[in-house]
Amino acid sequence: MSTICAISTPQGAGGISVIRISGDDAISVAERVFVPFGNKKVAEMAGHTCVYGRVVHNGKTVDDALLTVFLAPKSYTGENTAEISCHGGIYVTKQVLRACLENGAQLACAGEFTKRAFLNGKLSLTQAESVIETITASGEQSLKSANLTREGRLFERIKSVSDGLVTLLSGLAAWNDYPDEDIPAVEQSAIKNTLESSVSALSEILKNYDRGRIFRHGIDTAIVGKPNVGKSTLMNMLLGYNRSIVTDIAGTTRDIVEESANIGGVTLRLSDTAGIHSTGDEVESIGVQLAKNKLYGCDLVLAVFDSASPLTDDDRELISSLPQGKTVIVLNKSDLSPVLSADEFEGFSHIVEISAKNSLGMSNIENALEDIFRLHSFDENAVIFANERQKACAESALSFLTQAIGALELGETLDAVTIMIDKACDYLLELTGEKVTETVVDKVFASFCVGK
Amino acid sequence: MPEIENFDVAVIGAGHAGCEAALAAARLGMKTALFTISLDCIANMPCNPSIGGTAKGHLVREIDALGGEMGKAADATFLQSRMLNLGRGPAVHSIRVQSDRVKYHTYMKKTVEAQENLYLKQAEVTAVLFDGNKASGVRTKLGTIYSAKAVIVSTGTYLNGEVHVGTVSYPSGPDAVSPATELTKSLVDAGIAIRRFKTGTPARVHRRSIDFDKLERQDGDENIVPLSFSTDRKLENTVSCYVAYTNEETHRVILDNIDKSPIYSGRIHAIGPRYCPSIEDKIMRFRDRERHQLFIEPMGTDTDEFYLQGMSSSLPEDVQLKFLRTIKGLERVEIMRNAYAIEYDCCDPTELLPTLEFKKIDGLFGAGQFNGTSGYEEAAAQGLVAGINAALKLKGRQQLLLDRASSYIGTLIDDLTTKGCSDPYRMLTSRSEYRLLLRQDNADIRLTPIGYEIGLVPRETFDKFCEKQRLVKQEIERVRAVNVPPSEELAEYFEQMGTEKITTGAKLAQLIKRPQLTYDGLKPFDKDRPELPFAVREQVELQIKYEGYIAIQLEQVEAMRKLEVKKLPPDIDYTQIKGLRLEAIEKLAKIRPLSVGQASRISGVNPADVGVLLVWLEQNRRREAGKSDD
Repeated sequence: MSTICAISTPQGAGGISVIRISGDDAISVAERVFVPFGNKKVAEMAGHTCVYGRVVHNGKTVDDALLTVFLAPKSYTGENTAEISCHGGIYVTKQVLRACLENGAQLACAGEFTKRAFLNGKLSLTQAESVIETITASGEQSLKSANLTREGRLFERIKSVSDGLVTLLSGLAAWNDYPDEDIPAVEQSAIKNTLESSVSALSEILKNYDRGRIFRHGIDTAIVGKPNVGKSTLMNMLLGYNRSIVTDIAGTTRDIVEESANIGGVTLRLSDTAGIHSTGDEVESIGVQLAKNKLYGCDLVLAVFDSASPLTDDDRELISSLPQGKTVIVLNKSDLSPVLSADEFEGFSHIVEISAKNSLGMSNIENALEDIFRLHSFDENAVIFANERQKACAESALSFLTQAIGALELGETLDAVTIMIDKACDYLLELTGEKVTETVVDKVFASFCVGK
Repeated sequence: MPEIENFDVAVIGAGHAGCEAALAAARLGMKTALFTISLDCIANMPCNPSIGGTAKGHLVREIDALGGEMGKAADATFLQSRMLNLGRGPAVHSIRVQSDRVKYHTYMKKTVEAQENLYLKQAEVTAVLFDGNKASGVRTKLGTIYSAKAVIVSTGTYLNGEVHVGTVSYPSGPDAVSPATELTKSLVDAGIAIRRFKTGTPARVHRRSIDFDKLERQDGDENIVPLSFSTDRKLENTVSCYVAYTNEETHRVILDNIDKSPIYSGRIHAIGPRYCPSIEDKIMRFRDRERHQLFIEPMGTDTDEFYLQGMSSSLPEDVQLKFLRTIKGLERVEIMRNAYAIEYDCCDPTELLPTLEFKKIDGLFGAGQFNGTSGYEEAAAQGLVAGINAALKLKGRQQLLLDRASSYIGTLIDDLTTKGCSDPYRMLTSRSEYRLLLRQDNADIRLTPIGYEIGLVPRETFDKFCEKQRLVKQEIERVRAVNVPPSEELAEYFEQMGTEKITTGAKLAQLIKRPQLTYDGLKPFDKDRPELPFAVREQVELQIKYEGYIAIQLEQVEAMRKLEVKKLPPDIDYTQIKGLRLEAIEKLAKIRPLSVGQASRISGVNPADVGVLLVWLEQNRRREAGKSDD
């Protein structure tokens, strides 16, 4: 079985956290992340023994910890298992998990240890009920993670690689399945070009992929609005302390200021942007451009308007460029007599009133966030899972594409090369639940004029 | 009317599916009746006078390896043979032959006539009879009742067939034979869902009206590889085919008359095959194409009819003539049979088990176009499986289930019964994820032992196969052991072939792995090589050359088969399995997969559902084990 790992203790600032690793390679994963004090070797440890040492990641010590080894079949899951008990802080625990993930383990789905335990005959029949419950939970989680995945930017980039491969494969398929048709031969050089550009795109994705982002980041949030409507004040209100420079002079915030805030149990990664408005000031106009870019890249937009002033042309331009699904319209300064109403924001379903200056209306924002992200079901594990899955898929695909290029260079026949491309593409399509054979066949019929 | 005869198996329709089904059942000892509306239409080719082609050639070889007839019939009656896709790798090599339509029919008619236990009957079957949830026989138009323990429906395009040409439509089977208009009702009454599909065929034209010097000629292969593994005589081509192209004028004529097409005017609602569009479809969908290719193929040696592959149409006859005459070489063409579209009734194959028996009706099987496929080879493959399974079932033996990694036949049946089809299904090499394993050259290795075990492959054929296997194994061992020393001749040869020379001795097998070198080409450097037949040399080369890639595919197969062996009982109440999502419950209850593997391929069943099924199975297993301990 593949090797999986997860944090097995409840997350929080408890005294001790346990990271469990299970599967065929569990001991070697442990060996890579855990250095015992003294001369002990992890690989030589007997089952049910324990050793004191340190967890090392990228050459740095993360924490002093205890490693307990269980050898198959005498473990909870019935597989080789290693458990690292470290000091219980969230940061340290996640660092240890991260070290395991980067050294050959995959993140376990919820309930996966238990499922394996049951299938390996370690749990009694009466426990099966709870096994199914945990798997069901994991189903929801992976569904959620699939949805999260599809909204992310990483997904978009992987998708563009798989689209290119499907196009290549369908060209090859049409050419092979309809040799008597007038279909242009797929040139070796064209195949190589597509493979090489896919390899470099995937390598780039993997290089920039930072597993830590998800631990540090949360929902990438942009605060936008024209100058001096109270964006920075809102940010400070969310953060609970003064971070942005707040003055009454329009255009005070010139760069994007980033900070994290915890709202209703979820982390918002806040960017306070320069106000969006036409400006002659060069420094400031760069800030304006940055803010506009940010709108498209982020997960959530808090668009701030002054409820006491009527909409200007700048406001209207901003409204038209807002992504409606992920935008909360924030009407600020409700302490003055309002002239703006919800009617001005047709198409937006999340409109809240606040007074940033007086810290009123936080709960309105929380409710809107809950609506957008369904916070009660937005769990960080799902996000990690989504990202890990994407990364694993990209890595496997990369390896098969590299093999395909190798085979092509050797002069192997295209049927053998295509098998490798198929496999690579299958890994990428896994993210959308498609199968390469079906997707390619559909594409052949959509794009080629073939038949009797 | 009283019952006049009892049969074990009744097959309705004697096309490519029906003939294979009836032959297989009869050869397995079943007293079998084969019904056809016209004895003159047995194994007719109402469309292409051709057998094989990409992936279809694979199917024919698989049918042959299992003990079916199609390959032998095709070898006996072919006019021209080509191995397609040479140079693109062994996985996509496919044999395609041009067939003599009448001779093929005659060969197959004689074969079924000569078959012991097989009773050929000209009659229109108007109803399948049932005894509760069990098929019990058939009734013909004359009211005669034949009882049967199993019934195979292989009605092709005859079932409520309706031909469309321009604005004219009329009930008809293919080639102007009567349709079967009453049978559908008895199937609907039995609870079978019936759908309507459509297909089409191009015009047949007279030889004297074709200017062959204006066309490109296409000849057959010099060294013909037979379709049947048991054909060992030398085969020769006797005809050529020709290639022509449409032009702007052709397209203009079609576009000017598009409103007269029954499809574009909305009179046909049935779903046509995506892979086999009519010429008007091609022109409408691919407006920027300047020309479309067509093949001009002889229909046989005793006729002057030629088939125009690529020009299927349902436009009015005058429009057909007009657009054909715009084509270079066809300026004075005479149409003998016009092109037409045909609509027909078929079932939803997700109602079938992978044995091709209906889930809800015991002893009722479907095969061929009735199951939503298209193509003679796809039909024959299903007919063979349905015939085998009807016989095995009646004998109380375990039925034949071919998985995706075993064959294109298995892939075809898995696709049909697990995913269904929304348009007529054609086999393609791109439909198989195990292409490198499912080659046309090794169909015998994959399936002949199974065919022998079933009892369809005769002892003599099997012995010959075993001897071939022994020779292959022995030669591979020898080739792995033989050392080839460096020499001037060898260096020269390697330079000529564009591969690096060797400085120390190398194993012959290592050299064969080089893409630039072949087993046969290295013969001069292999002093002790035994004389071996082509089929053996081919296996030695391919098994060595593609060893690494084959290993990758075998890993995939192993992973797939782990779930395939987890069998799901057919009577599961999925609503009672806690933890399955609603969508999964609905899909599982509809498809009723035979294994967790099949379940995992149903769209809408996700990995968590698969996990739940595995746990549920384990729960059951332990409960059962607990009971037997008591």
